[in-house]
Amino acid sequence: MWYAAVAAGSFRRYATYQMATVAGVFTNTVFGFIVAFTYLALWHERPHLGGYDQAQALTFVWTGQALLATAALMGGGLDELQERIRSGDIAVDLYRPADLQLWWLSADLGRAGLQLLGRGVVPMAVGALAFPLALPGDPLTWGCFLLSVLCGVVVSFALRYLVALASFWLLDGSGLALISGLAGMFFSGMLLPLRVFPGGLGEVAQLLPWAAVLQTPADVLVGALRGGALVRGLVFQAAWAVGLLALGRLVQSAATRKVVVHGG
Amino acid sequence: MTGRARDDEGADAVDEAEQLIEVDGVEKVFTVRRRAGRLRRVREEVRAVDGISFRVARGEMVGYIGPNGAGKSTTIKMLTGILVPSGGRLRVAGIDPAQQRTRLARRIGVVFGQRTTLWWDLPLKDSYELVRRMYRIPDAAYRAHLERCVELLDLAPLLDVPVRQLSLGQRMRGDIAAALLPDPEVLYLDEPTIGLDVVSKAKVRGFLREVNAERGTTVLLTTHDLTDIEQLCRRVMVIDHGRLVYDGGLDGLRAAGGGERTLVVDLERELPPIEGVPGARTVRVDGPRQWLAFPASQSAAPLVAAVAAGYPLVDLSVREPDIESLIAELYAGGGMRADAAGAGGKDGRAL
Repeated sequence: MWYAAVAAGSFRRYATYQMATVAGVFTNTVFGFIVAFTYLALWHERPHLGGYDQAQALTFVWTGQALLATAALMGGGLDELQERIRSGDIAVDLYRPADLQLWWLSADLGRAGLQLLGRGVVPMAVGALAFPLALPGDPLTWGCFLLSVLCGVVVSFALRYLVALASFWLLDGSGLALISGLAGMFFSGMLLPLRVFPGGLGEVAQLLPWAAVLQTPADVLVGALRGGALVRGLVFQAAWAVGLLALGRLVQSAATRKVVVHGG
Repeated sequence: MTGRARDDEGADAVDEAEQLIEVDGVEKVFTVRRRAGRLRRVREEVRAVDGISFRVARGEMVGYIGPNGAGKSTTIKMLTGILVPSGGRLRVAGIDPAQQRTRLARRIGVVFGQRTTLWWDLPLKDSYELVRRMYRIPDAAYRAHLERCVELLDLAPLLDVPVRQLSLGQRMRGDIAAALLPDPEVLYLDEPTIGLDVVSKAKVRGFLREVNAERGTTVLLTTHDLTDIEQLCRRVMVIDHGRLVYDGGLDGLRAAGGGERTLVVDLERELPPIEGVPGARTVRVDGPRQWLAFPASQSAAPLVAAVAAGYPLVDLSVREPDIESLIAELYAGGGMRADAAGAGGKDGRAL
């Protein structure tokens, strides 16, 4: 599949932004410390909140920081697509023998790969040195975690792709991108694990697609999902990935009809 | 369509060669909703392309011109399959574009002067490598095509430069090479020389001529720069208001439009309108600057000599009639209304 070349190119492209990566690592690490100390205070008052012990809660924090850029939890990553839609450059992309969604998915996976290495590994390592984390010892759990991260990135992509496609109808997509970024922060478990949310809110939040982006991978890593529950977690992610990608294709075909009407 | 000029020589050649592009009575109607009053909305039909027919033979280089909004882009979008015609029949290399867009995409190249397909932050050669894989170009063919593009478009020093650092002219050359690497049968060019300096323009035109001559690539060229057409195309099609109003040689277009060129002279000081220059008449005076119109077929040299002999000449330039005024004249000459193309008149804009 030549789309792998798109992913590889995107990986190399993000690798050229070295200063941005360094700045990102610094930010993620600082925020990791701030949130970790907040969680320490919280778990000191309420041990086993949401079923996590203290080490699991701290691991959750650093997983969130490690995946913040990788899964583009606050949005972004598809800014270029949004810009191409706004400027009309997207019309040229349609002349190529390539599928628009597959193209951008490949590019986003390349971006995520670079950011997992660039902005994921270092904060996680710093967190593990500074705090007692509940990291798995067996390679199988790590493997499941990486698979879950991959699914999470695809779900995140599918959501952001829909947001970007909205630019075909909206004059300025940045407002929607902001709202969707905030929703991502809240409903992914980035602020607080979704299991901590009380009652109906927590239960509903755990069924939404954003839960598949961070909550599920983090639960896999801290060992909150094991055996059958782990499989169900991966299926949950895969279902959202497939469903949202399919929705993206529908919107894409409507959008392509639209672009050709307007492009002059 | 009656009254459509067409030079015989071109028509004969077309009949013998294989028809690569066939367009028969193609139209495209858009429904636009327009606000009328505070709440009311009116549906309106806009006929962007209104029943055009033409054939382009393999290896032809055709200029496709017309004022903004005439339907050029819509035609190209239908030819590339991203827009479905509302009526008529359309074939490119035997393929119905709207039905098999991706299959056709492998056989055509598209360059838009103001848009790029290159990979912004990566070296130019990375974009070419991707093109190779996307179009599944065999290694040997890829190397040969790339070598030719690099040589003719002077790309060697640019291959390792990130695209964002390229100048407009360099980027344009890079984009044209990217479109030609898969060795397409048809190349659609939309304003390929827009915003380029004289040297870059010459390079791009030279390259297109070479490609057309060597590879037999069919080229459909959209431009506002008549020099592009003059130097590249033996045949011109003019579209206006969605209709083909002319199809033939450029000379024929000039003759049909009765085109006039303009000699603009700057005198030392303000003087009454210049008189006594054979074949020219002064059409405008603005301070020390004066505009003299003369037939397009006539050489400017004797005029310049005559003006210089009788007047204190400081500076001068010759302006070709632009496409808009040619079309306006075409309408006027054919007894049609000239309001369509705007009253550009004889006061040709510098090209």
